[in-house]
Amino acid sequence: MPTALYRVILALLLLLPLAAHADDASDFAAANNSQQAQLLESWAAQPAPARIELINSLQQGQVTVDGQVKTLRLNNRLRGLIDTALASHQLLATDPKLRLNAAQQLQKNAKPAQLKFLDQQLATETDSDVHTALSLALANLQLVDPDPAVRLAAVRLLGETGEPLARTRLENLLQPGVETDATVHTAAETSLTQVKRKLLIGDLLGQAFSGLSLGSILLLAALGLAITFGLLGVINMAHGEMLMLGAYCTYCVQLLFQRFAPGAIEFYPLLALPVAFFVTAGVGMVLERTIIRHLYGRPLETLLATWGISLILIQLVRVMFGAQNVEVANPAWLSGGLQVLPNLVLPYNRLVIIVFALAVVVLTWLLLNKTRLGLNVRAVTQNRNMAACCGVPTGRVDMLAFGLGSGIAGLGGVALSQVGNVGPDLGQGYIIDSFLVVVLGGVGQLAGTVYAAFGLGIANKILEPQIGAVLGKILILGLIILFIQKRPQGLFALKGRVID
Amino acid sequence: MLEPILDPNKDAGSSRDAISFGQRVEPGLNTRHGTILTLEDISVSFDGFKALNNLNLYIGVGELRCIIGPNGAGKTTMMDVITGKTRPSEGQAWFGETLDLRQMSEVQIAQAGIGRKFQKPTVFEALSVFENLELAQKTDKSVWASLRAKLTGEQKDRIGEVLHTIRLSSSAHRPAGLLSHGQKQFLEIGMLLMQDPQLLLLDEPVAGMTDAETEFTAELFKSLAGKHSLMVVEHDMGFVGSIADHVTVLHQGSVLAEGSLEQVQADERVIEVYLGR
Amino acid sequence: MNQPLMVTAAQKAGPTLTTLAGALVLLVLLALPLLSLLPADNPLQVSAYTLTLVGKILCYAIVALALDLVWGYAGLLSLGHGLFFALGGYAMGMYLMRQASGDELPAFMTFLSWTELPWYWIGTEHFWWAMCLVVLAPGLLALVFGFFAFRSRIKGVYFSIMTQALTFAGMLLFFRNETGFGGNNGFTNFRSILGFGITEPGTRAALFFATVLLLVASLFLGWRLARSKFGRVLTALRDAENRLMFCGYDPRGFKLFVWVLSAVLCGLAGALYVPQVGIINPGEMSPTNSIEAAVWVALGGRGTLIGPLLGAGVVNGMKSWFTVAFPEYWLFFLGALFIIVTLYLPKGVIGLLKKKADQ
Repeated sequence: MPTALYRVILALLLLLPLAAHADDASDFAAANNSQQAQLLESWAAQPAPARIELINSLQQGQVTVDGQVKTLRLNNRLRGLIDTALASHQLLATDPKLRLNAAQQLQKNAKPAQLKFLDQQLATETDSDVHTALSLALANLQLVDPDPAVRLAAVRLLGETGEPLARTRLENLLQPGVETDATVHTAAETSLTQVKRKLLIGDLLGQAFSGLSLGSILLLAALGLAITFGLLGVINMAHGEMLMLGAYCTYCVQLLFQRFAPGAIEFYPLLALPVAFFVTAGVGMVLERTIIRHLYGRPLETLLATWGISLILIQLVRVMFGAQNVEVANPAWLSGGLQVLPNLVLPYNRLVIIVFALAVVVLTWLLLNKTRLGLNVRAVTQNRNMAACCGVPTGRVDMLAFGLGSGIAGLGGVALSQVGNVGPDLGQGYIIDSFLVVVLGGVGQLAGTVYAAFGLGIANKILEPQIGAVLGKILILGLIILFIQKRPQGLFALKGRVID
Repeated sequence: MLEPILDPNKDAGSSRDAISFGQRVEPGLNTRHGTILTLEDISVSFDGFKALNNLNLYIGVGELRCIIGPNGAGKTTMMDVITGKTRPSEGQAWFGETLDLRQMSEVQIAQAGIGRKFQKPTVFEALSVFENLELAQKTDKSVWASLRAKLTGEQKDRIGEVLHTIRLSSSAHRPAGLLSHGQKQFLEIGMLLMQDPQLLLLDEPVAGMTDAETEFTAELFKSLAGKHSLMVVEHDMGFVGSIADHVTVLHQGSVLAEGSLEQVQADERVIEVYLGR
Repeated sequence: MNQPLMVTAAQKAGPTLTTLAGALVLLVLLALPLLSLLPADNPLQVSAYTLTLVGKILCYAIVALALDLVWGYAGLLSLGHGLFFALGGYAMGMYLMRQASGDELPAFMTFLSWTELPWYWIGTEHFWWAMCLVVLAPGLLALVFGFFAFRSRIKGVYFSIMTQALTFAGMLLFFRNETGFGGNNGFTNFRSILGFGITEPGTRAALFFATVLLLVASLFLGWRLARSKFGRVLTALRDAENRLMFCGYDPRGFKLFVWVLSAVLCGLAGALYVPQVGIINPGEMSPTNSIEAAVWVALGGRGTLIGPLLGAGVVNGMKSWFTVAFPEYWLFFLGALFIIVTLYLPKGVIGLLKKKADQ
């Protein structure tokens, strides 16, 4: 009998998780908002592994009751609670990565009710990273512990991190009237200074990185222009539209992959590169042969005509794809980022673009300096008539050089599509900045363009947090005008007798 | 290219930093010692290449000096230095005894009395021949003066005179852009005459002229010498022989030889430079 | 034998015809505001819409003329004239906003919960001071920018790009709410000017009349300049700046004078534009607007005085027709116009007509 009873109880106990599961789902579906919140809070405080599936589907906004999928109406509060509950449950996972993510999540939004559970987990946690993260999450909660000794330990622990959240927590604690214990108060002040110092390093590095990132984007945008303007002397106001076309090529390639090769969609940007290059180079060459070639030696007219071209291209894209932005998604290997410091994440897409921009510069340099085409381009640049006499087909060289400049812009467009919105007006935002880069860098100098692009990018990002984006831009324009007073030919210019 | 440092005492009121609406550098040119142009130890380098290398040159008042030299000898760079277009990295450049050319802008130098004819004739193509001469004439060249300017009878006569001298009277109202190459050369010389400078720099003035025109130009220059100082850069040895009493040979940015044409032509080093080494 | 005579005849007929046509256009323009005052059932009555449209185009014509002074004569293609136009407009707008809000703060400031006027708004309730600002704001900006630009001999496309960047920066600045000019929405909902209701037919007619007067005055000014030695110096500057310097002219002063004059004319045009159209916002400073002005000048014929007026009239007339009839195709048309004019009409319509007359 006792054994029988024991078996029944055991069976019931074994069934309990399943039953709990089924009950939880129907309970949740039946409950009203405030009850749902209570449920979630209790789940977060006492997680059960069986509930993970349910909470996962809750996060998607769905719940399965009796085999039927119901869509839930969630408000922001509930969404937050679901996240907390999920994180709480994931602490039970076997994968340390999942546990780490969960612990980090809980640093932000753990509830006091979870204190006991976190304490238990901390005691059994074996992975050192997760342990640290978890102890921080716990420290956040312990700041309101009635025992000053616990609070003191928590404050000290927070001081050792470089977490942006630790700063807010400590600042809250230091609000007048919050912390009554003098020792804890002093310790909190020391901790806050420590945290701030660590955060400052991250901020500075972050600014430098976004400066580099902006610089690399400017470089991609301006490089093609440096070729068409610097080598051919053509002011191509439609250059921004070449960027835009490159971005739209990426969009189209993405659509094609979605339709015909959904399995390989991860790699669509790689195919988009050659497509964008050849499409924009083709467009560039057609424009050069039909319009721009008639305007050599008349730079102001070229400027107006190419502006006309840009208007037509913008409107064409608007008619074909609509005036709204189109969606270009990052593939998985370009999303996310590298966590260097608690407050410094380097997004993969930006890292890749920096490398890509430098690679394009190197390739362009090789093309211009080590190939026959490059030699021809330089010859035509220096003395068109003489080059023609030596048998250089100047017309063809012009066409190819213009195609090259446009093609590089197309490549830039692919890169831009991975970091910003893709719309018909995409190019307009870049054209003035790119021209400033070329003017600042000096005409016909790749090195100048590189320095100017990164210089402007970093200057922009340093000024931005101090005085705002707009004033920063205006200040930089002013600085460029003043700079040109000193060095009219740009950073890197050939000196010579013949300037005009 | 570095901006010259201004001397507050000397340049007060004529600072090239100020947009001047009309101050002129007064042409009270001091030529006490009989030299109108002094170039001493002038060096100019472009990215390591020395276009001028310790150049020394003195032009006397009323002298007609010819400068010859192979291509790349630094002739045009020297003119650029004199007219303020290029700043020397070293050395002294004086106009008369008191005007430091290194510290004056192109405009100030022109107003002080140095006129220049370019290698490639440059005239104002959209304006008529008459208007070209009108703009060149010696007068107040400030904005306000230009707004109110009206030609006096005297000035018109002067333009007519020059038109006659350069044999363009019949084309006075044609746009300068329609003139032949030789006519443009003459028009540019005419503009220099209108400008009435103390020192004329002429860069290959007879290129593209017929023999008759060249001969006429030689006469013209000879008649100018004495009243004006002239410095003529020319490749045409026949022309040089017909006008020059004094010839300077430039080579690799410095003076190789100086003297009469015969002396210079007999110089071993000059022969070497011209006939190859 | 007869040919030279024919040419002279054509040249003689040319100016007379032009004068006649000009006088006719002027008469019509002067008649328009009077006709607008007629009762609505009169067949000759001109609607408020037409009057506003023509008034707007006349303001643009003044801009075109101002741009032509710097581009056609001095060879400086500005892509930032929209900025000067808008500055004049904003200066006028400040006065109109103060008129509309009476003793209180302009509505958009109350909306931002500001409690007092920014310093640069002081005095804008007085018409005379607003008029000073209309001249001073674009004039001073042009003076400072021009001083630095011409000092470092920025010219050609560099100058164009710098001016474009300038107007772009201006636009960004005025888009900000904190700048104190109504941000995105700019100024609108004007009520009265000098005590007269802004939508009253009489006020409209008077504003239109003032615009015609300003246009005639600018034309006269341009004509005097073009015929003076100053005009010839500008032409010389455009074709051979170095030669001009070696003749002893300082190009900076000449450029700066005509540049500031042009900016001020634009500002005045903007000041007349705002009360007629009833709105001013930072969109007026967008680089697109400024570069569009360049095509008016190019289409009409730069370096002439009538050309820009013709160009502004034709392009804007087309625009108002196109944007109603085929809004999708306006940009295609405008783009094509840019290309065709630069490729086939380097001297504009006026140049084409002259060529025809000479043949």
